[in-house]
Amino acid sequence: MNYVIIGNSAAAVGCIEGIRSVDPDGAITVISKEPYHVYSRPLISYLIYGKTDEQRMKYRPDSFYEDNGVKAMLGVAVEKVDYTKRRVLLENGEQVPFDKLLFATGSAPFVPPMAGLDEVKKKFSFMKLDDAKVLQSELNPESRVLILGAGLIGLKCAEGILRKVKKVTVVDLAPRILPSILDEEGSEIVRKHIEEQGVQFYLANSVAQFHKNTACLKDGTELEFDLLVLAVGVRPETKLAAGIGCKVNRGILTDAHCATNLPDVYAAGDCSESLDITVNQQRVLALLPNAYMQGETAGITMAGGEKSYNKAIPMNAVGFFGLHIVTAGSYDGEAYVVKEGSNYKKMVSKDNLLKGYILIGDVARAGIYTSLIRERTPLDSIDYELIKEKPQLMAFTAAERAVKLGGARNEN
Amino acid sequence: MKRIYVNEKWCLGCHLCEYYCAFANSGSDDMVKALKDIRIHPRIRIEEKQGISFAVSCRHCAEPLCVKSCITGALRADNGVIAVDKNKCVGCYTCIMICPYGAIMPGVDGSVVQKCELCTNNAFGEPACVQGCPNRAIVFEER
Repeated sequence: MNYVIIGNSAAAVGCIEGIRSVDPDGAITVISKEPYHVYSRPLISYLIYGKTDEQRMKYRPDSFYEDNGVKAMLGVAVEKVDYTKRRVLLENGEQVPFDKLLFATGSAPFVPPMAGLDEVKKKFSFMKLDDAKVLQSELNPESRVLILGAGLIGLKCAEGILRKVKKVTVVDLAPRILPSILDEEGSEIVRKHIEEQGVQFYLANSVAQFHKNTACLKDGTELEFDLLVLAVGVRPETKLAAGIGCKVNRGILTDAHCATNLPDVYAAGDCSESLDITVNQQRVLALLPNAYMQGETAGITMAGGEKSYNKAIPMNAVGFFGLHIVTAGSYDGEAYVVKEGSNYKKMVSKDNLLKGYILIGDVARAGIYTSLIRERTPLDSIDYELIKEKPQLMAFTAAERAVKLGGARNEN
Repeated sequence: MKRIYVNEKWCLGCHLCEYYCAFANSGSDDMVKALKDIRIHPRIRIEEKQGISFAVSCRHCAEPLCVKSCITGALRADNGVIAVDKNKCVGCYTCIMICPYGAIMPGVDGSVVQKCELCTNNAFGEPACVQGCPNRAIVFEER
């Protein structure tokens, strides 16, 4: 069996480990544009901050490809896929035959058209190791950095560079920071915390025009900057898959086994969509744990094993300047909110299920809440009032605890 | 493989497991010096309410969500024992977000996480919490 994986990040590793749990012998080839051993993309801000380095940010040990019998073709781009002949055509002219193919192509920065952007000489994305290296080489204590985008990428970048530069300013069209994961109240707590560190925000605003090193905002403000970071959004890399007839919505459409509509072709990670069980809709869930688990499911399925991925939910754990945030699920339903100082908690329930939550500050044991969402635990089967106080196994029945902690077999 | 199991009916709520855990992970060979006048950060924690109490520590799951979710590769399963490479961990707390047992927690200064790593490399060949439990409410067994 010839397995070919296009991409070399979390979904690819999940796929390799999934395949090898079933098939120890099949040939696996990984093809990636980037020339690096598999590394963790979310760590690029920690790299600039100085909390990790290139060696430690490797997602798997140096011997990973060798240990798993993987041929790694790194630093070479895919030109296109010939599905009929079951071949991947590379830009360097090589052809790689496959029996089973995984698209783990990730996503790429999306830059909307902005007047005068061409005039800006020093502009950067913040997605890949090379982006971080280039940005790092340009930073100096006198740099004024303008970041477009107050989402996870833009704000982690702000945290990573703040102590290395003179000024960091963040502009976003949305009226609040981290709009995809936080509600208004939570967003305000985090914004104030980040502002106290020295980051300046211009929200509900946008750049009307760039003039070389000046950004003229919609409200008339003029901001001078030396370096521009574009973190407005990302778009799934679906071109290769669409080129062979894979159905693509925002991301590549997949079923619970991460299979596309084409036989022998699979997709996992940020390039694909999965079923968000909290809203029962296909969505791109661009987060690393999801990528790994999708990849693993694809790999096991490709190798002939049995695996479904049917517990996908949005979920994020992230910290800014020591303030931790954990969020999961969706926020449509009945809300329970507690705010104490910089600690914030919101739990959202609907139809006897926990649908989502936000924890800021005290995030201890958050996984117990996440598990309620993922396992669709009926709230009337636990002491919901008790678990609302704090995540705890005491809220489950003694019989359920005997299963969880005592090694008893599940009575169901 | 052998794992830690708890029987809450036998748990006295004495918290000795927490002290033995903190001592075992202190690197000190003197329990008094290791624990006196400090706030302990054990990897096993007692939950208690109205006469019910039980200890919670890592289950060393066969399908470890923490390992699959770890963004750095710091959490790995080695012969079934799940351990964290503190050198790689950046303290993002993704594992805290995903562990269904709430068994992974921030380390002392919060910059990395900590968890039970089944400390069996001692004279008794079983984890310190098991050895220290006076009522056999925590056992180390193959089931």
